[in-house]
Amino acid sequence: MASPIEQFEIKPIVSLGKIGASEIAFTNSALFMVAAVAVIALLFVYGTRNRSLVPGRLQALAEMGYEFVASTVKDSAGHDGMKFVPLVFSLFMFVLVCNLLGMIPGAFTVTSHLVVTAALAAIVILTVIIYGIAKHGAHFFGLFVPSGVHPLMLIILVPIEVISFVSRPISLSVRLFANLLAGHIALKIFAGFVATLIFAGGWIILSPLPLLLTIAIIALEFLVAVLQAYVFAVLTCIYLHDALHPGH
Amino acid sequence: MTSQDGKSSGPERPADKDASLESRLKSLDAGLKRATNQTEAEIRRESAKSDSSGIGQAMRLSTEFVAGIIVGGGLGWAVDKWLGTAPFGMIVLLMLGFGAGVMNVVRAAGLMKSRTGDKSGAQN
Repeated sequence: MASPIEQFEIKPIVSLGKIGASEIAFTNSALFMVAAVAVIALLFVYGTRNRSLVPGRLQALAEMGYEFVASTVKDSAGHDGMKFVPLVFSLFMFVLVCNLLGMIPGAFTVTSHLVVTAALAAIVILTVIIYGIAKHGAHFFGLFVPSGVHPLMLIILVPIEVISFVSRPISLSVRLFANLLAGHIALKIFAGFVATLIFAGGWIILSPLPLLLTIAIIALEFLVAVLQAYVFAVLTCIYLHDALHPGH
Repeated sequence: MTSQDGKSSGPERPADKDASLESRLKSLDAGLKRATNQTEAEIRRESAKSDSSGIGQAMRLSTEFVAGIIVGGGLGWAVDKWLGTAPFGMIVLLMLGFGAGVMNVVRAAGLMKSRTGDKSGAQN
């Protein structure tokens, strides 16, 4: 049985030289990132090419994607959060397409690597911090001081708020990466059981059972792929809401 | 008499108008009720739709709690290493981390409620 974590191995495709001791290479991970961006760009450039009043199938898909993100931003970040629609939209589409590309058998799942999801979470949190400080100055740190609390309680509550804030990028990145990683490993293991049972003599009778489970897990993985992209976008909006309105 | 007749017919005409107005108002009311019922049904349908994404919020809550503890423990470890105060930094910050984790979960749950209900909950 093939190792279930073999699918997450990063293999260099073209080496681009070295910086210090570390090799800079175009890897399979980079290839699938480029593929994801290409799919998104094609969908939107090709989909909105006609700009017809009654949208065709691709145009309807593109419009649905935009309107979904725009309404999510408006609901969670408020009306003045609409200037962040491009950011949230890019993040949502990138995560969604990477997740879905990873569902193609044999494909590499970019978002199953903590490095990638942590970089995405860092973009979100840095945007929140930089925009919050630029817009509100020191008032942004009012985020850490809950209102209507006895001053003595602040000694405990302010550190808790700070830890709570620091935990945001971690929960944001770990959630996405862990869901994708665990799902793909489970899928590989149960698919491996099918092959193992087929070659295990009389146990072949049992082999349809893990096959059925594999099919169920594939359906679940598609749900998780879409859901995690949605959760990532919603949480981005909620955190941006804090940058826009830091007062509790 | 004729002037009184004129006067009596005068208010009668507005009364006539009143009656017609009232009937129009009633039909408008009925129409409005139908319309609001429709939008209420739509809202209910929409909230049912958002309930189906509850699994996403469930996934959110679990990591939210763990992240608070990890950050608290990590900060405690770093403070101990930096200031050489082991193990007190770890103890204090891990406890604060637990607090932060619980607060994360409560806040996430509160935000969930405010999405379907009133918007004031989002502010706390």
